Amino acid sequence: MSGSAARNIPEPGHDRNRLLRRHAARAILPDDAMTSMNHLRNKVAVVGVGNTPYGNFPHKSDYALGADAFKAALADSGLEKHEIDGLVTCRVPYYARMGEVLGLDPRWTLALPGHGRMSGMAIIEAMLAIESGAADYVALIYTNIGRSRRMNYGGDDSASVWDPWGFTSPGAAHAMMFRMHMQRYGTTTRQLAEVSVAFRQHAILNPDAVMKKPMTIDDHEEARPIAEPLRLLDYCLINDGAVCMILTSAERARDLRKPPVLITGAGGRDAFRRSAVANFDPDMWFTEAQDTSRQVYEMAGVGPDDVDALMCYDNFSPTVLFSLEGFGYCKRGESGAFVEGGRLGLGGALPTNTDGGHLSNSYMQGWALNIEAVRQLRGECGIRQVSDCEVVHYVATTPCTRSIIYTRA
Amino acid sequence: MSYGTPLPDGDPLMEPFWQNAREHRLSVQCCRDCGDRHFPPSPVCPSCLSEEQDWEVVSGKATLISWVTFHRAYWDVLQSQLPYDVCLVALEEGPLLMSNFLGPRPENAREGLPLRVAFDAVSDHLTLPKFVAA
Repeated sequence: MSGSAARNIPEPGHDRNRLLRRHAARAILPDDAMTSMNHLRNKVAVVGVGNTPYGNFPHKSDYALGADAFKAALADSGLEKHEIDGLVTCRVPYYARMGEVLGLDPRWTLALPGHGRMSGMAIIEAMLAIESGAADYVALIYTNIGRSRRMNYGGDDSASVWDPWGFTSPGAAHAMMFRMHMQRYGTTTRQLAEVSVAFRQHAILNPDAVMKKPMTIDDHEEARPIAEPLRLLDYCLINDGAVCMILTSAERARDLRKPPVLITGAGGRDAFRRSAVANFDPDMWFTEAQDTSRQVYEMAGVGPDDVDALMCYDNFSPTVLFSLEGFGYCKRGESGAFVEGGRLGLGGALPTNTDGGHLSNSYMQGWALNIEAVRQLRGECGIRQVSDCEVVHYVATTPCTRSIIYTRA
Repeated sequence: MSYGTPLPDGDPLMEPFWQNAREHRLSVQCCRDCGDRHFPPSPVCPSCLSEEQDWEVVSGKATLISWVTFHRAYWDVLQSQLPYDVCLVALEEGPLLMSNFLGPRPENAREGLPLRVAFDAVSDHLTLPKFVAA
């Protein structure tokens, strides 16, 4: 840097056409439309899922919660512990301590930070590891003690360049985007309330869920404002808990305890260039969601009309609207009208987040939604079971947009 | 005057921005090689990766993208200011900037509203670029 003095920059040395071409090139995505993971369709299966209770557990460590979830998933799969030769940890403080606690010496280990966008990324990574032969049976363990340790996801928890203007918290970034949606498309907070209300109704049917108090659209409208236009009931929970998934090849999965659930489609696209405001995108990640949806639908050979249940990352309620548009469930700008009348509810046309989601079940940063997808496809969901459930779609619309389509084997 | 917002985090890359702000100039980082303008500053140009970077004083013209009203204080020092607005603006030169309205929020606030920069010397050491209706 050439010091602090302000001055006007001289004309760039390059010829102007080259400069224009470079700027034009930045407006489009890299040219990799020909590459895909299509050959991995139905090659890898989820064979075990487990979770702890969700809530406030100040006397339990991350590792204790992780061990509980791992034991539950292992029992669910019917595998012996010594067969696990791959380990993914997410939000676990130290992957080696997790392995030590569980007595594992994997061939392949991956540690990921506690960001919600990591769950889909982790599952795709595990799929690649299994298909490549790097590991045969991968346990993915997510732990979260944010509740008992008083995380608040703002201020000192997430310092940024914008602090001097008083801007903080991922929720405020989503509030910025939702106001844009309101102004561009006429979306209302009552329409947004449909998301929170539908998920709360699902949580009431889920024995594991944290929030079971009935909620109406008026309750949503009258809730305490946090970062307007968002209110308390637009925000995910903060709670402790852990989730574990066990993956292996579809071939090995045939001999295990439960019917395998296949990873039929997967896709992703990151948006780092426009990420100066954390958790915000001026286009609500529409381009990335569209690109991801093209990948995931093409690999799976299905489209939105074939999906029996949607598991949609819902850190804040507006994310669900952006996801519905980005993944082609409705046209751009029409998600507000789309969710009206209980369409996302269990009796609706598109049952979504049937466990209650992050808004009402548990803040497991995508992981609980992925095990709910597996349980729906196995038919294990009791009174919240989606009938004839054959295709479940996981979507996380974030700066690292990821999507997975699961089907019954 | 009492100053109630969090201080800049001391990132040396940002120092020219704050120095310019104290002199009532709004600036963004600009690449000497390719002309790319970007903010927040970066150790290399995000477009061409050049290390040859300058600060360019910009027009101060902007348009409003969105705003939120904070009802919760994530820093204790902001408790007394609740509720307060934070706005997101697009500078005429391209980069986005998170900021505040200087004075009350414009009554006709909506996406696309023309704004201009105004400087708020919140302490002897810190001047915040803020925005008012153009």
